[in-house]
Amino acid sequence: MLKDSDRIFTNLYGFQDWGLAGAKARGDWAGTKDLLAKGRDAIIEEVKASGLRGRGGAGFSTGMKWSFMPKDSGKPHYLVVNADEGEPGTCKDRDILRHDPHKLIEGCLIACYAIGANACYIYVRGEFAGECSNLQRAIDEAYAAGLIGKNACGSGFDCDVYLHRGMGAYICGEETALIESLEGKKGQPRNKPPFPAGSGLYSCPTTVNNVESIAVVPTILRRGPAWFAGLGREKNTGTKIFCISGHVNKPCNVEEEMGIPLRDLIEKHAGGVRGGWDNILAVIPGGSSTPMIPKEICDTVLMDFDSLRAVQSGLGTAGVIVMDKSTDLIKAIARLAKFYMHESCGQCTPCREGTGWLWRVMERFVTGNAESKDIDNLLDVTKEIEGHTICALGDAAAWPIQGLIRHFRPEIEKRLRGRVTVAA
Amino acid sequence: MGFGRTSMKALFNPQQPAAFAFTKENLAKAEAVIKKYPEGFQQSAVMPLLHLAQQQNDNWLPRAAMDYVAEMLGMARVRVYEVATFYTMYNLAPVGTYHVQVCTTTPCWLRGSDKIVEACEDHLGVKLGETTADGKFTLCEVECLGACVNAPMMQVDTKSSSTYYEDLTPENTKKILTDLAVGKEVKAGPQSGRHTSEPAAPVKAANDG
Repeated sequence: MLKDSDRIFTNLYGFQDWGLAGAKARGDWAGTKDLLAKGRDAIIEEVKASGLRGRGGAGFSTGMKWSFMPKDSGKPHYLVVNADEGEPGTCKDRDILRHDPHKLIEGCLIACYAIGANACYIYVRGEFAGECSNLQRAIDEAYAAGLIGKNACGSGFDCDVYLHRGMGAYICGEETALIESLEGKKGQPRNKPPFPAGSGLYSCPTTVNNVESIAVVPTILRRGPAWFAGLGREKNTGTKIFCISGHVNKPCNVEEEMGIPLRDLIEKHAGGVRGGWDNILAVIPGGSSTPMIPKEICDTVLMDFDSLRAVQSGLGTAGVIVMDKSTDLIKAIARLAKFYMHESCGQCTPCREGTGWLWRVMERFVTGNAESKDIDNLLDVTKEIEGHTICALGDAAAWPIQGLIRHFRPEIEKRLRGRVTVAA
Repeated sequence: MGFGRTSMKALFNPQQPAAFAFTKENLAKAEAVIKKYPEGFQQSAVMPLLHLAQQQNDNWLPRAAMDYVAEMLGMARVRVYEVATFYTMYNLAPVGTYHVQVCTTTPCWLRGSDKIVEACEDHLGVKLGETTADGKFTLCEVECLGACVNAPMMQVDTKSSSTYYEDLTPENTKKILTDLAVGKEVKAGPQSGRHTSEPAAPVKAANDG
């Protein structure tokens, strides 16, 4: 279990003052000028050495991503923070935005400095009204205290931080859709390449990072990359905010060490599975896009990128959705299929048409109104969508269904057998 | 949002006001918003400006407001219509004073969101997508609102506020609706006695400092 002294988010639940005074008392904004004085390259090297992998789902090295930004592009550079949190099962960035906004703002300043950007846009999902209000107040406080803006923290570096509110579109969590949206358009993803580091916001070099990735950076630099790298396992380092929802006795958010066994996470922090550990049926371990894992895998799996990948799932955003034996798994996944249908931006045919088809077939499975061969058809269509779209929403729609069929095919077949097929 | 919903949603409500203009106060707000973005990229302000217009117009967005924002930002009108129809938070037709949006995505569904929808329908006497006869409540179903550890939950919007109510039961949901109807103040956030996203008491993890 993570020691209290190793926690980064010491006001995760908002029991203390989230404003500047409270943040300073918790150690934020202490010696930020000295952190910047390390220099751009040294900061990037330290973030690389910490092993920090992006907390938005893909798990790409944050330091590496920063290093892709050009040195002399002759254009303005931008940092864009992805706070469009909407992956079902995930509600961690929300707590950072409303209870620890200064960690994020300080991280924005440092990241801007490291990538040579003088402006940062934090794109927050529109439904987070209270969170936007806290964050804006924290930004105003930071400006008033000279921590950001002209000559931020007395460093001689200028850095503007702006809040931009989304208006309800899951797809804008995809980095290029987010950029399109920030430019005032429909949030439809762009083809890559060019990658944002080459041509992003306003066709300028841009880095897009998740809220949690940016918010942990000041602490990493203060305590040293070796401290962060010493938590968790090799290539899966540091702490992580986990969101534990569904059939547990005490659903909650909690910051824990990467690589904590799933069972410990659920039993130590979330009050255990409703009805006891043996009552567990399956878990979606990393937000709705990651394939579910059945109990026998849950018994032993560790919660990090590589352990979950090894069991054909993923850490994603670390939104852990627990389902006990009372769950109609087919219905649970059918509801996710409906979600992806609703959120498809409509740009690519396989996703626009495919997500609706997946949902309709899943609904037939719910009532048993299908034949056994339809399971193979369904699986086949998910493979046709996966990898054939501009962004990963198509993959995300395919994977939950693939996970269901992989582990619970007999359950589906049992339901279909209960039906008599009437000849036309 | 995306395709699934906008394809079924009419672009323009049949009843439309003839004209729209920002109040003096909102005009000042709009100008401040536009300044956040670099010279030549004012289009970036389209979403916040449309939202401001919606708030000024009783929580729905008429065509005149879209045209007004297009004019203000130097955008083709159709580009603004595209934005207005793409994002779910723009209401293109009038809604009740209280816009009740119940999340029914899987994490909420696992914790009983069906019963919350049922409680709302029962109490308000309307189905999903409908508005009560007195114009006070519009009820609808929404996708994940990002408060999954406090499921089930709903968001209630008015023209000037947007509030999450979490850890719902059919009973406390009905109480919230009853209180809102008579203008009584309702505590935002978890209705269970929890502060925010911590595990229910006693708190063991020391994220509380």
